Amino acid sequence: METVGIGVSIPRKESPDKVTGLARYNTDFTSPGLLYAWMVTSIYAHANIKSINISDAIKISGVHAVITGDSYSLLCGPVIEDRPPLAKGKVRYFGEPVAVVVADSEEKAKEAAGKIMVEYEPLPVVNSIKGAIKKGSPLVHENLAFYKQVKPNEIFFKPGTNIVQHVKIRKGDLKKGWEQSEIVVEAEFSLPQSNHIAMEPRNVRAEIKGDGQVVINTSTQAPFDVQEMLAQYFNLDATRVIVHVPLVGGGFGGKTTAQLEIIAYLASKAVNGRPVKLIESREQDMTSSPCHLGLESKVKIGASRDGKIQAAQFTFIVDVGAYVDSGSKMTRAMAADCTGPYKIDNVRCDSYSVYTNHTYVTAFRGFGRLSYVFAIERTMEKLAFALGMDPLELRLINALKPGDTTPTLVGLNYSNIGNLSECLSRLKTLINWDEGVRTETGNYKVRSKGVSCLWKTSSSPPDATSGAIITINRDGTLNLNVGAVEIGPGTKTSLAQILAERLKMDANKIHVAMEVNTGVSPNHWKTVASMTNYMVGNAVLDAAEDLIHQILKIASIVLMCPPEVLEVGGGKVYMKEEPQISIDIKEIGNGYENPNGHSIGGQIIGRGNFIMHQLLPMDHATGRGRLGPAWAVGAQAVEVEFDTRNCTYKILKAATVIDAGKVLNPKCAKGVVMGGMCMGLGYGSREQNLYAQGGKRENPQLRTYHLMRFGENPEYIVDFVETPHVIGPYGMRGIAEHGIIGIPAALANALSVAAQVELNCTPLTPEVIWRTKKGESK
Amino acid sequence: MFSLQKKEFMDLNINGEKKSVVIRSADTLLDVLRNQLGLTGAKPSCKNGDCGACTVLIDGWPVKSCLMLAVEAVGHEITSIEGLKETAMQKTFIDCFAFQCGYCTSGFIMNCHGLSRIHPGADYGIIREWLQSNLCRCTGYEEITDAIKSVLDQNAALEQ
Repeated sequence: METVGIGVSIPRKESPDKVTGLARYNTDFTSPGLLYAWMVTSIYAHANIKSINISDAIKISGVHAVITGDSYSLLCGPVIEDRPPLAKGKVRYFGEPVAVVVADSEEKAKEAAGKIMVEYEPLPVVNSIKGAIKKGSPLVHENLAFYKQVKPNEIFFKPGTNIVQHVKIRKGDLKKGWEQSEIVVEAEFSLPQSNHIAMEPRNVRAEIKGDGQVVINTSTQAPFDVQEMLAQYFNLDATRVIVHVPLVGGGFGGKTTAQLEIIAYLASKAVNGRPVKLIESREQDMTSSPCHLGLESKVKIGASRDGKIQAAQFTFIVDVGAYVDSGSKMTRAMAADCTGPYKIDNVRCDSYSVYTNHTYVTAFRGFGRLSYVFAIERTMEKLAFALGMDPLELRLINALKPGDTTPTLVGLNYSNIGNLSECLSRLKTLINWDEGVRTETGNYKVRSKGVSCLWKTSSSPPDATSGAIITINRDGTLNLNVGAVEIGPGTKTSLAQILAERLKMDANKIHVAMEVNTGVSPNHWKTVASMTNYMVGNAVLDAAEDLIHQILKIASIVLMCPPEVLEVGGGKVYMKEEPQISIDIKEIGNGYENPNGHSIGGQIIGRGNFIMHQLLPMDHATGRGRLGPAWAVGAQAVEVEFDTRNCTYKILKAATVIDAGKVLNPKCAKGVVMGGMCMGLGYGSREQNLYAQGGKRENPQLRTYHLMRFGENPEYIVDFVETPHVIGPYGMRGIAEHGIIGIPAALANALSVAAQVELNCTPLTPEVIWRTKKGESK
Repeated sequence: MFSLQKKEFMDLNINGEKKSVVIRSADTLLDVLRNQLGLTGAKPSCKNGDCGACTVLIDGWPVKSCLMLAVEAVGHEITSIEGLKETAMQKTFIDCFAFQCGYCTSGFIMNCHGLSRIHPGADYGIIREWLQSNLCRCTGYEEITDAIKSVLDQNAALEQ
């Protein structure tokens, strides 16, 4: 039997189900006695709730319950508990859930929701980052100082303001750095909030059994977190909360926090524990559930004439919306990597989270890097221009290398940083950089190119853990059970490939449980941060060692030899010296029966785990610390054709070279990177949450909030460098988010060259470019 | 003829079978397929005609089932993803890695399958025009382009 392990493009294991309509997502399931919930959401961004009249709603036949924030005294949040599951006393963003109706059918629930009368008293609205930090700004949370902090030293707020987090980086001697700088450039940048738009809107079913067991079926990236949060908020025994997650229809970070699950639990509780299904409409998914952060930033970089960066100062102000959720963690992650993948010895960074009356934010692909990378990469472009230097060359000169340190003073080596210079060199060739970055092609058209660099590590808790269980079937195939959710990138398939590689067998003979069930699946922190193949992969390898140990033990008895002389491979155990002396694993995987009937062993079950190690929380005064185990670095480029008359443009090519450590499944890896690039082009060119005056969302629909559509995508060029991360399974690094990170910056760099004007905001619509050319600000 | 709330028996011709359903005139075809017939391959995503995840074929033409009332489908041939068996399009979507999370996939396959039947010789302009009605958030559309082109090429090769 041939080994089909890593480095092979095997299709996703669930592929046949996904092309036949048989793949089941959470929203496809029903259950006996199911009731339906519908949310009433706020029509104001900031208002006191004077009264909620539910009397007409509750009268409708088929309505079982109506719940409002007044029914509970509960505040939620993973870092600071500032968010009531249903608004209580006041609403803080447009779309905030205010009441929930539970009825026999979704139609009935909607009908009743329409009859709930909420009387609001509008309050002054914090509708921008600038508005949040100006003197005398209305406060989104008056009681900020009284909220419970979930963990100490996670959050540093300024009472009496909207500033809820401040993270500092103080590295080197900034004064000396400026003195050594012969050229200094400075710029400000503005990037709006946007939406995840997983194609499967967020949805959940909740039920409370007769014995008090809580059963949650949900579309989440974080089943074990949902379990823990529900237990904590409602004082339940966590092991009595069972969370089931089937295939998830896209996540992109948007399904990493417990939100809808809490509301559905309350809804079920209100109807004596009957199962309740709560599905968000697309509009609710875009306004009520958390979105992607907005950022205002200021960057100042100084360099000597030879192009070497001597000093840099960063100010990031993150729009986390009305509640913190993981916004403060992204604010911290941005500070930790603030320099981009460049060697800068003297750094100061102040990264803030501010409350606004916008939809609150949670993790989004790249965990904040997308936004600050735009700022630094645009400033690098400006520096190259000021120095009269080739922008790609400037990046090569300053690229981080082994021996350098990060802003948080992590010492770098090839294993933890990889090889950015190699990525840049390959990119240079792939995009024909030397043919020139700006070419007038006649007919008012200009072709231009822009580049950018990216890096990202994870920001997990220092004790994030994963597990894996392997069982052997009677036919010698294996079952692999892990707590990672399949949200699309082919995680379960890659994990099977890792296991197949170790056991020298065919990955197609490894069955991976697609559903996660917190009652039987081993824990996995969350399916986030591009960390799943790294963390769970290591747990799988640990489980494989355990499995092999047990296989060899039985086989050594059967083959009458010491286990050390045996090897596992091709579905057999064989003697290293004489491979023809062997026994099939299927003969011993479920016990071995001697010819006389006496049997030994039993089903062989391998178990393994992994825990993050050597992580160090950041010091509040200097930022010193280590958030993740290793970075993946990369270089990206975008080529556009720009029409100088009307500022429209076509995106012709987009290229990415990432140091992936080791590519586990080439087609899956390329697909995930291209998907990230496409999403980055969407964010750079068109996506944004539009807030009207008063903070009402103007575009909460896919008809008005535009995504990249078929045929608008460019030609993609994707290549991988492979510098092993020595503690990643087979040397791999996490790359699932990275495709998006540098693309908006590369697009802006290309368009700035084409339009010959500095473009320092997104989305770069023709109108924005035209206005910038005319000297109007956005 | 119909009232909004009153329910009526109707016969739908779905995937070659006659199915009796009890529907309100306000019920969309998408909801009836999913909730009454258990055909959950067509996916709800925007329920506003913007994303195409719920696409089915009506007499061979792709239609967004969230924008069609079930009563409008009476007397027509409805084909959902469950009605396709081992088609070239399904196989090619797997071979080309033309999906990730898979939630938009039924809609894309129905649209592509309809296109390959109605415009067997479609050029890229027609492909683009047809497939712009569907959204995919995971891929960058390249693999879907590869899949539809590959099937059209296979068809052309068969005809020669």
